Amino acid sequence: MPGDATDTELVRQAKAGDLAAFEALVGRHEQRVFNLAQRMLRNCHDAEDVTQQAFISAMEHLAGFREEASFSTWLLRIATHAALKILRKRRGLEMVSLEEMTGPAEGYDTVPHPEFIADWRESPERLVHQNETQRLLAEALDQLDEKHRPVFLLRDVEGLSVKETADALGISEANVKVRLLRARLQLRERLTLAFGDETRRLVAKHDH
Amino acid sequence: MKCEELLAMLNDYVDGDIDPAICETFEKHLAGCNPCQVVVDNIRKTITLYKDSQPVELPIEFRDRLHGLLRERWKQTHKA
Repeated sequence: MPGDATDTELVRQAKAGDLAAFEALVGRHEQRVFNLAQRMLRNCHDAEDVTQQAFISAMEHLAGFREEASFSTWLLRIATHAALKILRKRRGLEMVSLEEMTGPAEGYDTVPHPEFIADWRESPERLVHQNETQRLLAEALDQLDEKHRPVFLLRDVEGLSVKETADALGISEANVKVRLLRARLQLRERLTLAFGDETRRLVAKHDH
Repeated sequence: MKCEELLAMLNDYVDGDIDPAICETFEKHLAGCNPCQVVVDNIRKTITLYKDSQPVELPIEFRDRLHGLLRERWKQTHKA
């Protein structure tokens, strides 16, 4: 039955017309797609829209899915496209090309230096169970702009490779790398301000 | 290696994608630079925290609606 089958087997069965197999795939991945959309868009209603669009689109294009990527990566790419469309609409940028949104190649020379450097007072394993942490994580993520948030979510939260992230967003791998660095540094700064031990703050020396 | 150069290679190091030859100089710097050590550790913890953070549960009524809609569409496009 669908429960034990791999995604690849389910995809084959669904391609052959098996609705139960397709529904099993939906059941397996719906939470993940919804999470990505919810974190990218910070809005439940929009996240539902994106999830729905992603699965309808996956159904419509299943026959053409060549299985070069895993089903989940393919699906996350479809969901990312739908989410980016909403982000652009929100900013009134429907007429602006994707190029504008994705920007030219960025360099490392302007990457900001860490300012607040301190060991955290508690381990991530303990922090993750605190309600306050969830709020802080969401806030810090909110402060990332739309160029950086999707890169961080796809690469670090969903575990896509640099190449898969680049493909999903339609930007170069070089851009993924520099944006990921900025995103990580910005989140680190925010979280360390909240979780860092003020009494053990260190000052960076840039002279060596 | 300077702190600034280390910063540019931070991701490759954290992700384990660093060139072994560069890794050695990177770690040599790290061993003598407490602030850089802490930044690397902070970044690792930041990633862990986001990776392990609780997802927003998929609303059950949305789930039902979604499955209903997909079933409907499937039947329309898979007519014998």
